[in-house]
Amino acid sequence: MSNSITDTLSKLGKVTLFLGQVLRASAPALLRPRLIAQQVYNCGARSLVIIMLCGLFVGMVLGLQGYDLLARFGSESALGVAATLGLLKELGPVVTALLFAGRAGTSLTSEIGLMRATDQLTAMQMMAVDPLRRVIAPRFIGGIIAMPLLAAVFNVIGIFGAQLVGVTLMGIDQGTFWSQMQGAVGLRDVNEGIVKSIAFGVICSLLAVYEGYHTEPTAAGVGLATTRTVVASSVMTLIVDYMLTAAFLKG
Amino acid sequence: MAADPRDTSGPNSVVDVRDVHYLAGKHAIFSGLNLSVQRGSITAVMGPSGTGKTTLLRLITGQVQPASGTVEVFGQDVATLDHKGVFALRKRVGMLFQNGALLTDLDVFENVAFPVREHTKLPEPLLQTLVVSKLQAVGLRGAAHLMPQQLSGGMARRVALARAIVMDPEVLIYDEPFVGLDPISMGVVCRLIRQLNDALGITSIVVSHDVQEVGSIADQSYIIAGGKVIASGSSEQLQHSTEPAVRQFLQGEADGPVPFHYPAGDYHQQLLQLVRKS
Repeated sequence: MSNSITDTLSKLGKVTLFLGQVLRASAPALLRPRLIAQQVYNCGARSLVIIMLCGLFVGMVLGLQGYDLLARFGSESALGVAATLGLLKELGPVVTALLFAGRAGTSLTSEIGLMRATDQLTAMQMMAVDPLRRVIAPRFIGGIIAMPLLAAVFNVIGIFGAQLVGVTLMGIDQGTFWSQMQGAVGLRDVNEGIVKSIAFGVICSLLAVYEGYHTEPTAAGVGLATTRTVVASSVMTLIVDYMLTAAFLKG
Repeated sequence: MAADPRDTSGPNSVVDVRDVHYLAGKHAIFSGLNLSVQRGSITAVMGPSGTGKTTLLRLITGQVQPASGTVEVFGQDVATLDHKGVFALRKRVGMLFQNGALLTDLDVFENVAFPVREHTKLPEPLLQTLVVSKLQAVGLRGAAHLMPQQLSGGMARRVALARAIVMDPEVLIYDEPFVGLDPISMGVVCRLIRQLNDALGITSIVVSHDVQEVGSIADQSYIIAGGKVIASGSSEQLQHSTEPAVRQFLQGEADGPVPFHYPAGDYHQQLLQLVRKS
């Protein structure tokens, strides 16, 4: 028990130190926007289909459950507000982060891990190229840029899904659905979601590149590192989500 | 034949390893290693598996530091160099990895162009000329558009070779360049090492345990075992060595100073015990 606690703490420390290294390498990496754009495409565009699909269904479920709940109080017309707030503040950023960890995070880890296992990273160092600048930083920054964009797409599709169920299926008035939403949802709620998804972007990208960079250079090592990425990213996302939610409700 | 390796050191040596001790954990890899590499020569470093041949390369390129002793490259003590100094050193040293270590997300052309793009701002036409000429030198100009996954082992190594020479290094280090190659590819790589060395005036260090291949091209060979140089000289000198460890290694004998059996108790005793138990 005490062992696993010290292990967790020392890992936390190592990841933090690594974050420092990556941030230092990020400044020169920012001067090469093409490398970053490529990574935004890699983890963003390739996760787009799964994000849209999941967003649609999460939104539709919200429509059903929200309708059922609100109907008990006779306030079905508030479905638009409920679904939108739930998506913007919670489900959008969190579910996107979990999907990102599973889709983009794992592919980042295994890609970098394979580069480690096949000496590509050492070869770069031997060519006097710092892999932190050339490989790690662009992927880290790319992930941070991609996450809020993906969350935004998720939210839009999710709201559409809720509308599909609420208005088309359950017969809520179209005008009520949208006008209540416009009245009740403020910029503050949108900002909360954006802050959260940027934070999750940092967490998921950092853990993915950390695990990849420190992969044991064997086939088995790559597999283990990929698993650790998903587990660590998901757990950290949910923990930080609680903290941020608490902070926003207080502030 | 264990000639004093300091005989060959001097102003003309590019790499000087003096009395290096290196530990991996508690296990001593090197205990008093001495060797030097002459400018413009091909120097072979041979030895049984696990004798730290790759560690030697890491010492020379500043990836690891010795516990004691000095490693001098171009007259600079590698241990005293900071991060920038090590990177500056590496720009003058090319290295060929065992499996090529080509970047898997770039095609052959971009792999060779990689160091040029990273370190210089050459105009595109000039860069293309440079890359094409290096690919031509290794005979793979026609493969410029292929991805690394589409290459055979020998081709991958030749592309890596083109990449290693694209920045015109003064020293080229080969880590096990012959492992896993068919005889034809082996001959090609062998000839390329010799040609590049002579045509470009590169100093070459070849780490290998393929005695025949490396012996046929090396000007000077070192055999490392037990953390020390046990023999050095030209291939012919080594062939005539009477040292048992050298003979075992060169002839490929199963038993000798390097024992066939992993240390174990008495065989008969163990068999008797097993019989008694049953």
